[in-house]
Amino acid sequence: MTASVSAEGVGKIFNARTKKQVDALVDVSLTIEPGEFVSLIGPSGCGKSTLLRLFADLLEPTSGKLLVNGKSARQARLDQDYGMAFQQAGLFEWRNVSRNIELPLEIHGWDAAKRHDRAKEMLELVKLSEFANHMPWQLSGGMQQRVAIARALAAHPALLLMDEPFGALDEMTREHMQAELLSICAKTGTTVVFVTHSIPEAVYLSDRVVVMSPRPGRITAIVDVGLGDERNVDTREASEFYGKITEVREALRGAEHGVGVAKVAGIEDR
Amino acid sequence: MNIAAARRNAINVVIPIVFGAAIVALWQFFVDWRDIKPYILPTPSSIGHELVHSIHLLRAASIVTAENALVGMVLGIIVGTLLALVANRFRFLSELVTPLSAAISAVPIVVIVSILNNMFPLGSQVARRLMVLIIVFFVVFVNVSRGLRQSDATQVELMRSYAASEQQVMRKVRLPNAMPFLFTAIKIAAPISVTTAFVSEYFGGTQDGLGQKIPAAMSSSKFPLGWAYVGAACAVGLVFFAVANILEFVAVPWQRARSSR
Repeated sequence: MTASVSAEGVGKIFNARTKKQVDALVDVSLTIEPGEFVSLIGPSGCGKSTLLRLFADLLEPTSGKLLVNGKSARQARLDQDYGMAFQQAGLFEWRNVSRNIELPLEIHGWDAAKRHDRAKEMLELVKLSEFANHMPWQLSGGMQQRVAIARALAAHPALLLMDEPFGALDEMTREHMQAELLSICAKTGTTVVFVTHSIPEAVYLSDRVVVMSPRPGRITAIVDVGLGDERNVDTREASEFYGKITEVREALRGAEHGVGVAKVAGIEDR
Repeated sequence: MNIAAARRNAINVVIPIVFGAAIVALWQFFVDWRDIKPYILPTPSSIGHELVHSIHLLRAASIVTAENALVGMVLGIIVGTLLALVANRFRFLSELVTPLSAAISAVPIVVIVSILNNMFPLGSQVARRLMVLIIVFFVVFVNVSRGLRQSDATQVELMRSYAASEQQVMRKVRLPNAMPFLFTAIKIAAPISVTTAFVSEYFGGTQDGLGQKIPAAMSSSKFPLGWAYVGAACAVGLVFFAVANILEFVAVPWQRARSSR
């Protein structure tokens, strides 16, 4: 089976050969299999968002080989092989919920009836059917983020790229959204690459947690979580859960060698 | 709407009315008491008398001014928006148009109106409307240009992830994003276009419009009538302002939601 994402020695340098040169990513190799849920975690400046943007072809790598769904990242983008969600829901305020979800389909030339049916299906998936005709600014932050996820999944992409999608939500909504996301992924079988700086979030959601470190941005450890497919409220209180959190935290500390017991900058323990 | 909100709204309406009425009463009392001459300050009652009995004069002059303001404003909005679009598309034009339009709008109205008046035949309203156009165009051009540049970064990135063309990004992100800026510009431009029309009328041209009628009434000692014309000028400005606000309310409802957040 073709890997969803396969990166080999991928690097990204900003402002190359100038005084402001930044080695955002160095020698990143990572293979993500279809159906996997992989989180990228690390302190600010470790290049986790940059890596996600390379997968999305919103940025181009300066070195290495990158394949998405077995083709070049650019081709994957043109084929709408992936959906994307950001920390900002980024809804279009002048379009109602349903037409927001239809937007990627519209760009790809779907006809109106088909678009409408798909939007309805996606709204059911994120449990917002009765809000189809609401305007984005009439929704709460959590609901807006659900619309953004529905929109990202509208074209039924095999891959979902998410950049701290729940970062702006309060803790309760966040946990609820995490559970929702898992159930959606279970239903659709979507592969997810999830950028976060919350350790419990990464552990709860992921099959694997990729730990990154800054200056230069690179992968320092990969933690296999293996909490099983059935994750629920009890999972958050299980000792295995805490064990994995500790493992990821220690990997992060190792990444910041010499920092010792000090809290790693920009990482949430909660 | 709940009762508290209804009461708040009622208070918002009642307080200005009461306040205005009190001012007018005080004014009337003060002028009568000190026996102030009409050329300094006429009584509200004499102005009110003119408002009723010379309503046809007031209406005729107001329509002339309102028409000058409206025609100039609409053309200014169209020209300003189109130029902003073109300047956004071709960067070199932006560098050409921006300083030029800033320079034009920095020249005092009086100067431009005098020049324009000489260009067009007597009895023409073109010079006055052109003047309004110039002022409004600048406000719209600056605001819409900014609106086109300041698109939501997430929305633009999303469009790129959908492999949208530059044209689709323009139509579906940049233009709608610039709409609140356009309506802000219209809100600023509406009262300004009335004062500009007024001032342009004052500095020459035909003997109509509020800008001509007010000094004419004053110089022939019809002080209450002059003040009634001033009242009419206020009313025209207020109507423009109100309509601009209603337009914004209807056209970009998300703007309200944004600012109330």
